[in-house]
Amino acid sequence: MGLGLWGLICHPGALRKILAFNVLGSGVFLLFGAIARRGGGALSAAGTGADSDPVPQALAITGLVVAFAATAIAVALLKRLAEAAGRSTLEGPEPPAH
Amino acid sequence: MTSALVLDAALVLLVLDLAIWITAARSAYGAVVGFVAYGLVMALIWVRLAAVDVALTEAALGSGLTGLLLLGAAARLAPYESAETASGPGRALRLLIGLLCAAVVAGLAAVVLLLPDPAPTLAPKVAENLPPTGVLNPVTGVLLAHRAIDTLLETVVLVPALIGVWSLALDPGWSGRPGSLTPLRTGGPLTLLAQVLPPFGILVAIHLVWVGADDPGGKFQGATVLAAMWVLVLVAGLRRPPCVTSRPLRLVLVFGPLLFIAIGVAGIWLADAFLAYPEGYAKPLILAIEAALTISVAAVLGLLIAGQPTGEPQSGHRSGARP
Repeated sequence: MGLGLWGLICHPGALRKILAFNVLGSGVFLLFGAIARRGGGALSAAGTGADSDPVPQALAITGLVVAFAATAIAVALLKRLAEAAGRSTLEGPEPPAH
Repeated sequence: MTSALVLDAALVLLVLDLAIWITAARSAYGAVVGFVAYGLVMALIWVRLAAVDVALTEAALGSGLTGLLLLGAAARLAPYESAETASGPGRALRLLIGLLCAAVVAGLAAVVLLLPDPAPTLAPKVAENLPPTGVLNPVTGVLLAHRAIDTLLETVVLVPALIGVWSLALDPGWSGRPGSLTPLRTGGPLTLLAQVLPPFGILVAIHLVWVGADDPGGKFQGATVLAAMWVLVLVAGLRRPPCVTSRPLRLVLVFGPLLFIAIGVAGIWLADAFLAYPEGYAKPLILAIEAALTISVAAVLGLLIAGQPTGEPQSGHRSGARP
């Protein structure tokens, strides 16, 4: 998570920022998973065979799907920015209005 | 016990290593390749955390489809890369940011390690309420019965994402076909793969959705496999992506979410609450929702990768109304 956060802030290229954002996101989901595992002992005692709290798992799956959708839009925006303004960083002159 | 510990330690070291590689790689392409490997190791870690559904989703969506998206972007943005390294924070500032990030991570780690023991959890509640839903996989039960509203919102959010990607098209390209996956060369092993693999992929996807009721699996994983097969066929040039203004395509995209919403609204009359399932009908309704959603979500995921429409407008596909 820390590496993702650092990359998000420090990399000038926007694609590397998107990558770093994804790393950050997967770190957060992993945190969810660790908390889920801790709460899971009760289910295996109840005999349904699972070993981990399913509610954070469901939240993590939902988060993964939404993160993919957000990455898709971010990449599309970045490609348009590159076409319109000739650069792939966030600083710099504004692209001409289309 | 110790071999499990060694495996866990190895996985953690590998993941940290890959994360450092992604952050420090010289070219975006190298970073993306590292990201795909990172996703796969993450999937293994999820299995170790006893969350196999999440592992499947991470491997398919997080590593596979996202990696594909980012590889395409890295290739498209390669000409602009040298200008990137010029701007950016200087050494001292980066060091300071690194220290602050490390402090954030240390804080979060402390919070997790200091959680109360035994940990508060909803697992027993889920175990009690699982039998009426008729499914044996608790994650599917949570996703489609207990927290169905979250899943509904999640699938519905994919459609505006697609609209967002499409809206970035230039005006003349609006009624064309998505242009990000133009095949570079036809023939050769890629075409053979695209001809042989999809039938197996479709079988695997159907199996994942069907088995998701009782074992790890489910519609997002199945839909991702379907979308991957479609993208493979598109990249190999065996089929062209559909025109974005075509009515049948738009029907397929919205059919899944609409069915989900319809069942939810019907639940208001039949079972007293939005998205409540009437007694005894839970499993067939869940299966119907999963099947419809698999197809819609697969179409949306494939189109999200295919990008915005470009190119010549197709005269046969002009619809009268402005989109």
